[in-house]
Amino acid sequence: MAILGLYNYWIFIVLMMCGFYVVISSGNLVKKLVGLNIFQTSVFILYISMGKIIGGTAPIIVDRAVVYSNPMPHVLILTAIVVGIATTSLGLALVVRINEAYGTIEEDEIHAQDREEAL
Amino acid sequence: MIAHLPALQVIIPLVSAPLCALLPAGRAVWLAAMTASWLAFLIAVLLLDRVLAHGPISYLMGGWPVPWGIEYRVDALNAFVLLIVAAIGAVVITFGREIVERRIRLPESKQSWFYTAYMLCLTGLLGITITGDAFNVFVFLEISSLSSYVLISIGRDRRALTAAYQYLIMGTIGATFILIGIGLLYVMTGTLNMGDLAARIPAVADTRTIHAAFAFLTVGVCLKLALFPLHLWLPNAYAYAPSVVTAFLAATATKVAIYVLLRFFFTIFGATFSFETMELDRVLLPLALVGIFSASVVAIFQDNVKRMLAYSSVAQIGYMILGISLVSVTGLTASISHLFNHALMKGALFMALGCVSFRVGAAKLERMAGVGRTMPWTMGAFVIGGLSLIGVPLTAGFVSKWYLVVGALEKGWWPVAVLVLITSLLAVIYVWRVVEVAYFKPAPAGQVVREAPLALLIPTWALALANLYFGLDTSLNVGVARRAAEMLLGVGP
Repeated sequence: MAILGLYNYWIFIVLMMCGFYVVISSGNLVKKLVGLNIFQTSVFILYISMGKIIGGTAPIIVDRAVVYSNPMPHVLILTAIVVGIATTSLGLALVVRINEAYGTIEEDEIHAQDREEAL
Repeated sequence: MIAHLPALQVIIPLVSAPLCALLPAGRAVWLAAMTASWLAFLIAVLLLDRVLAHGPISYLMGGWPVPWGIEYRVDALNAFVLLIVAAIGAVVITFGREIVERRIRLPESKQSWFYTAYMLCLTGLLGITITGDAFNVFVFLEISSLSSYVLISIGRDRRALTAAYQYLIMGTIGATFILIGIGLLYVMTGTLNMGDLAARIPAVADTRTIHAAFAFLTVGVCLKLALFPLHLWLPNAYAYAPSVVTAFLAATATKVAIYVLLRFFFTIFGATFSFETMELDRVLLPLALVGIFSASVVAIFQDNVKRMLAYSSVAQIGYMILGISLVSVTGLTASISHLFNHALMKGALFMALGCVSFRVGAAKLERMAGVGRTMPWTMGAFVIGGLSLIGVPLTAGFVSKWYLVVGALEKGWWPVAVLVLITSLLAVIYVWRVVEVAYFKPAPAGQVVREAPLALLIPTWALALANLYFGLDTSLNVGVARRAAEMLLGVGP
């Protein structure tokens, strides 16, 4: 039961590995970015899970004592979400430029063109 | 004002970045960026001076008490790194104007954005170094990384785009690993302040979560600092970026990553946990040695001089990691002073190379034939940088290699000391290849090459002469490095 109870951490690990695998295995530059995005998103789940307390409410000051979730990791991950958006948009902008320069977004075709140029 | 120096160190370059975007391309934006960089340098000098005189400075952002607020903490180690980063940032931007105007694939209307990205990158690097908050490290790391991807992608060659993309992927994986590591530390300790983390980790050190955090942080930071075999993004990024950017990143970005490594391993986890419980030196030492050796050999076979120096950077990073894996005051002194010296030598080399490609049009070895006679001042600076890279006595490079060899011998690891000497000979070979082509091959007929303009030569020579100066007067690069090393190992005063 302990293993099932931590299911959000399992989701974190599975998503992280999926994303990481796509980054490594895919030769398409856009798909690589999608993988990178999944990889980053998995970390968001890690941070959100660690701040959550079962039965806890939002951290708002009220007169009586209540159990509330830790807002700190949630605030931190907002920053990381912004970073993720910036990374993805910059990566996609680079892919657009690569497509203009090479006429393809497949990694092996780009390498082939580079090798031809070097010869 | 003086009390707010730590905040100003980051805020001045940060505010100058949007300002640069608003200014028209040309002299005005360059002056703005240059003023901000030199101000940052001045602040770094003042901070180092105060730290050496009065001990560590703690600055609470917005007056929020630790551990709720973000603390900026300056001690001998990061004051020293701040000085390096700010100094290189200022010298390179002074050098950069002509190159930005003539040698970068940007229309004139967009040249101001170059300075914006540059200042953001400088902000990020200074921020990583000065902050005392672990999550803040990640935020500044991403600020500097995102702007450096932009800076690399504006090189003239289209391969700059793929190099920037590759660096973006690798850099983001590294940064995300660091983020996971910091998250796991927070789970166990409930704090992000570095001092607080250091105090609370020992109680929970023997848990799998902390071990996992340690592993994620190690791999993440090693990706950013391009430790062999995680260095694959570096050669292309350095080779195809504009020479201003290469000079800046080669001299600062990897150095700051080494600083982060030192900070996490020694200050936060503590040397006992990192090197006795986790036995990290057993991993770092072989990787450093293989990295030094293989990157030096690969450098010899490069025809693009920028790429050659990029591989040499991977080898030099290996020397720094080697010093760390000795886990002794002498070894750490060697590493920390090599941070400084390598910034000087690689800065000078890449800037001299920038002068060459400014006139010749490329950094290819065969295109450099005869430039030793047509561009004597430029190549003079290159030779001084090269000698320092090899580690010839009377240059800065000799000083740190000396301490590295002494550190290895203190441990009784004489094969390591021998390997350091052998790889220095490999450096002789690749530097000599450039010197031979530049001085002893005739210039191709019809090629008219003039000496680089003074605006490029003066900053280049400033760094070249610094290589000689710090080879003779080691009170700054070794004196402060030793203080920082003693502080990290907790043996000093």
